[in-house]
Amino acid sequence: MSTGIEQTPADGETLTEDELEALIGDRAIARDDHMNAPGFVVNPDEVQSVLSDLKERAGYDHLSCVTAQEYEDRYESIYHLKKYADASDEVSVVVPTASHDPVSESAEQVFRTADWHEREAYDLVGIEYADHPDLRRILLPETWQGHPLSKGYDQEKPQVVTLSEHANPLEGDHRESGGESDTMFLNIGPHHPATHGVLHVETVLDGETVVDVEPDIGYLHRCEEQMCQQGTYRHQIMPYPDRWDYVSSGLLNEWAYARAIEDLADIEVPEYAQVIRTMGAELCRIASHMLALGTFALDVYGEFTAIFQYTFRDREVVQDILEDLTGQRMMFNYFRVGGVAWDLPEPREEFFEKTRDFLDELPAKVAEYNDMVTSNEIFQTRCIDTGVLEPEVAKDYGCTGPVARGSGVDYDLRRDDPYGYYENLDWDVVTRDGCDNYARVLTRMEEVEESAKIIQQCLDLLEDWPEDDREVQANVPRTLKPDADAETYRAVEAAKGELGIYIRSDGTDKPGRFKIRSPCFSNLQALGEMAEGEYIPDLVASLGSLDIVLGEVDR
Amino acid sequence: MSSDEPETQPRQTIHDSTAPSTDTRDSRIGEGVDDRFNSKLREAFGASPFILTKFDEFMNWVRGNSMFMLQFGIACCSIEMIHTYAIKHDVDRYGAGVPRASPRQADVMIVPGTIVSKFGPRMKRVYDQMPEPKFVVGMGSCTISGGPFQEGYNVVKGAEEIIPIDIHVPGCPPRPEALIYGILKLQERIQNGESSPVVVKPYELEQFGDLPEDELVQKLASEIDEDDLVMRYNWADSP
Repeated sequence: MSTGIEQTPADGETLTEDELEALIGDRAIARDDHMNAPGFVVNPDEVQSVLSDLKERAGYDHLSCVTAQEYEDRYESIYHLKKYADASDEVSVVVPTASHDPVSESAEQVFRTADWHEREAYDLVGIEYADHPDLRRILLPETWQGHPLSKGYDQEKPQVVTLSEHANPLEGDHRESGGESDTMFLNIGPHHPATHGVLHVETVLDGETVVDVEPDIGYLHRCEEQMCQQGTYRHQIMPYPDRWDYVSSGLLNEWAYARAIEDLADIEVPEYAQVIRTMGAELCRIASHMLALGTFALDVYGEFTAIFQYTFRDREVVQDILEDLTGQRMMFNYFRVGGVAWDLPEPREEFFEKTRDFLDELPAKVAEYNDMVTSNEIFQTRCIDTGVLEPEVAKDYGCTGPVARGSGVDYDLRRDDPYGYYENLDWDVVTRDGCDNYARVLTRMEEVEESAKIIQQCLDLLEDWPEDDREVQANVPRTLKPDADAETYRAVEAAKGELGIYIRSDGTDKPGRFKIRSPCFSNLQALGEMAEGEYIPDLVASLGSLDIVLGEVDR
Repeated sequence: MSSDEPETQPRQTIHDSTAPSTDTRDSRIGEGVDDRFNSKLREAFGASPFILTKFDEFMNWVRGNSMFMLQFGIACCSIEMIHTYAIKHDVDRYGAGVPRASPRQADVMIVPGTIVSKFGPRMKRVYDQMPEPKFVVGMGSCTISGGPFQEGYNVVKGAEEIIPIDIHVPGCPPRPEALIYGILKLQERIQNGESSPVVVKPYELEQFGDLPEDELVQKLASEIDEDDLVMRYNWADSP
């Protein structure tokens, strides 16, 4: 939840709400303010002009999420805009469309990232976007009938899913042209060691050069949003976030939900619990970055024996500490609305000692990784100047997290939109301006060191915390019913980037709409920009350096 | 029997310490039967290292002790599966630690995660590509029943709707220790020559043209070729 401390606006003008209103002018047919941001309702045929004005003239250059939902009488798309320079400056653009004719102008011409977000909205809710370059289903199979998050969808109805060959999207496949053309269609995945899960990358090659890449996702679409919409706020939703980004980032994900619901229901979290949360979250970040490094080394030079095993050795230690804290190795379910489930494990000294031991050994381990991985000549040849993602392109695709920071985009919600205990601690945001695969790996390695710094400070705080003030949970009503029609979008800095949750309350104890903004979903979309024109092994390296996790891409 | 006299008769049991009773150097310069591979097992065989067994039993024993796993990551459970392969748990100790990237080279498939409608046909295809005899370990609640996502519109209620499964390892996700236990149980079953019967599953890959004509099939007829393989999900019949 917001602590109320404003970030100083970066250079460039910051418009007040009145000025925003003036900028949008008559195009705003009404106001629909959200708890996190002012909201302007615009007509479906003026989406592009409003969004481009907000982007060009007011500096809202980050389309973080597109939420689609169906009401009794209308469909609605919400564009959640932010600034890369100041993440706490937000605005929502609400676009209602009629139930019988849900067509709305596409924002793809203004923000590239809207492409996938709108395809998802079309797929799950059923809103159509005019001028969209490629409005197909994205998560569900092409032959799916109906839109599952729309009203009146009957999930008992049978469905037919095909297993057919994919066509070469470019003309002149070597098989048709009798060997005259060189382009070849190559399926990578959905079962492939380099895709980190069940991702299908449709690739077209010209010789060894990649000419077209199209990630085909949805092989792990587990209906997370539906699951959360069926659960009660107080207890039934919290177990699911663990399973979005399942690479041990559980606590980071839980925090995204906790932050959104605490904002929505106006719950104040005790400071002591915030410190525990901060410590746990950073431990998760270390575990997650370790896996990213290990699997990246595996992708880049088939390193199953050394680096991969080393990183897993270290992950084991982190998981052990987290197990002591939460009781589980991966699916922690440790955060509660308004705090955490329980205090640190007894005896506390043992827990502190174990964690400190890990932190003491960490610098030597990081040095070891730097010796073995990042100074390795083969590794450098494979990574430096491959998979280049320019900062402007990264922003256009809504990239966040280490992917954006490796391209020099200085954006970290822990600092820019402070939550938890981060603003009272001493740490730095890591950015590098290499824009290539190498920069992204180094960013993660340095973030591990920053996380260690944060954990160290949290441990000091926890150790000295007065015994009679160790409150781990706020007083939260057993049944949580936020006010009807309260809407909020809240994000935290997860291991992969900005993980945001949009919740609309409908007055009951379950959310009316629960939308997850996954950082990997946006990051993966930029793969084409990074890989087209490169060699096929660089495509694999780029994919590895994005550090996607399919549970979060597909949700 | 004194220890410097080589044994010629098979013994029924291995007794005393498990260390070899003669060391290699002694046996080389000594006389009589050369027992340079002088393990306790060799001692148990006696001078004529033959055992009588059925070929089937021998093959089952071999299969159980040398399993080639398929490198098959789906969801959360695959992270714990990697931990099972990696340092500390090291499933290689049980002769099952070399994951193969291609199904053509694997004979055990661990299904570590939720199966959703789009992935069902692919998993069936990967399973079909594995050479016989093949075995499947279902890892985690999702492969048993759909787990926490069972009520989802897109989630197959257990991998067993599509492929036969020999061992179920419950948990969300199961700890590496639990998976190792499952693998050991599978080894036991393989050594006993047991495997799950291959029966027709509710969801099979079939040609679109072979589906019974109903409203849905008629609607899709313009989009799907008659020869295309499809999987038809009858959600209402799922458990």
